[in-house]
Amino acid sequence: MAPTAPPSSPSGTDLPRTLAASRGEVSVRDLYKSFTLNRAALAVLRGLNLSVAGGESLAIVGPSGCGKTTLLRVLAGLETPDRGSVLIDGRPVVGVGTERAIIYQEPRLLPWANVLANVAFGLEVRGTPRARARERARHYLRLVGLEAFETALPRQLSGGMAQRVGIARALTVQPEILLLDEPLAALDAMTKLTVQEELARIWAEEKVTMILVTHDLEEAIYLADRVLVLSRETELPPRLLDVPLPRPRDRNAPEFVALRRDLMRSFGLH
Amino acid sequence: MAFQGLEISVTPVARPDGPPPPLSGANLRRGLEASARLATRYGLLLGFLGVWQVASTAGWLNPSVFPPLDRIVTTLAEGILSGALLDDIAISLQRAGIAFAASVAVGVPLGLAMGQMPVVERALDPILQLFRQTSALALYPVFILLLGLGETSKVFVIFWASLFPILLATIGGVKQVDGKLLEMARSFGAGRLTLFGRVILPAAVPAIFVGLRLSGTTALLLLIAAEMIGANKGLGFQVMNAQFNFRTDLMFAAIFLLAFIGLALNAALVAAQARFCRWSEPR
Repeated sequence: MAPTAPPSSPSGTDLPRTLAASRGEVSVRDLYKSFTLNRAALAVLRGLNLSVAGGESLAIVGPSGCGKTTLLRVLAGLETPDRGSVLIDGRPVVGVGTERAIIYQEPRLLPWANVLANVAFGLEVRGTPRARARERARHYLRLVGLEAFETALPRQLSGGMAQRVGIARALTVQPEILLLDEPLAALDAMTKLTVQEELARIWAEEKVTMILVTHDLEEAIYLADRVLVLSRETELPPRLLDVPLPRPRDRNAPEFVALRRDLMRSFGLH
Repeated sequence: MAFQGLEISVTPVARPDGPPPPLSGANLRRGLEASARLATRYGLLLGFLGVWQVASTAGWLNPSVFPPLDRIVTTLAEGILSGALLDDIAISLQRAGIAFAASVAVGVPLGLAMGQMPVVERALDPILQLFRQTSALALYPVFILLLGLGETSKVFVIFWASLFPILLATIGGVKQVDGKLLEMARSFGAGRLTLFGRVILPAAVPAIFVGLRLSGTTALLLLIAAEMIGANKGLGFQVMNAQFNFRTDLMFAAIFLLAFIGLALNAALVAAQARFCRWSEPR
């Protein structure tokens, strides 16, 4: 374990999580954001309100163009909203912050740096001495099972391995909030399942708030405590769906299947 | 049934009259393949030199224009051992070296700045394009008027011509940095300086190496031209001077020396490129 890792607590129960989770709280108030597309204003976020408890796992789903990635980028501080505000632990978000880390759809690794240097990058950028940063990077590399690939270059990795390096890089800065932008969308089906399981385990171990944008409904139900459903049509307001399933989750449990069916129906799919 | 067919084809068949496993034959074949590769790579070059030698000694070519290779090599060795050619080599290397180093010292930092600051690039681009399209040799008389007929004008004209390849390659290298990597670094809180040192500069290194090689070639090209026009020392001068004096063996000796210098410079840069840009090589 890294020296700064939180003390271990019995995992699987809900009580310690909610107690430990005074940090990493996200509150979105009356958020508006529109883009100009072909000279027409396209309102993707229309007065969104949302509260995410510290340590919660929230998935955001919806058709493309519904604003789910925009919402994530606003939370990350990479986009400024037109109106409204985002509060993290009660403080308004201005730009990027050290309490948040992003995992992108592409691994976005530095191609000239080896795996260890890539994982340590976030810490080194923030001024952590190299030796300390790399030591902590090693810890998280072990957590994603890539300790044997420290000296490999990104081009030598498979897609799933590269994405794991990106995950380790985000974890190494020990954020309160992990923002994931369709992180598994580019992976093959088998790898995707494996990394989903890893994400579920890491989330339980690290006790971070996790906000996951995905277009994979099963992934949303597998990983999230709640699912935020956004839609493109102005008439339909955003909906929140609870996922009251025990962890670790079984994709074939009748309750799981029923939830997935409900979610699919809400998109008019069968 | 389908599997049965497969099994039959896989089962080893006894070949009583087959040859024994060719153990030494494999080595022989590898050796032959290696020499075949060498032959395809250098065969044409060796053939060319061989034809030159034979044609010159047999009198098919005028030996006073194309002296046999052995005479050129002897002249070259004598010139180097007596030190007569060493002076020319030294002065040529000095001119090209100073000019090349100056073009790198100016071109790389300027290119890094211009690539990052669109305003600076917009302001400087038209004048750079004009300068670049004006032949450096056409400007040589101007440089001579400004700087005199001495070393300065020669070094300056070489510097001038080799500046543009490295400058433009560096600008290109900076501008093609992946915006997603920059965003990733910014999201971790990287400031301008960190962004430059940890992302922009390393990403531009392969393009900078391409620029270095282009500039190196340009520097040697301009060196010869400048020495032919107004010098009394240097390899370019020797080529011209030897031709005036019908010393074609000396002329070719100087030409070969120049070719060797060019090859050596290129080989050094390729080696450095392989060392620093392993990550960007095609798989």
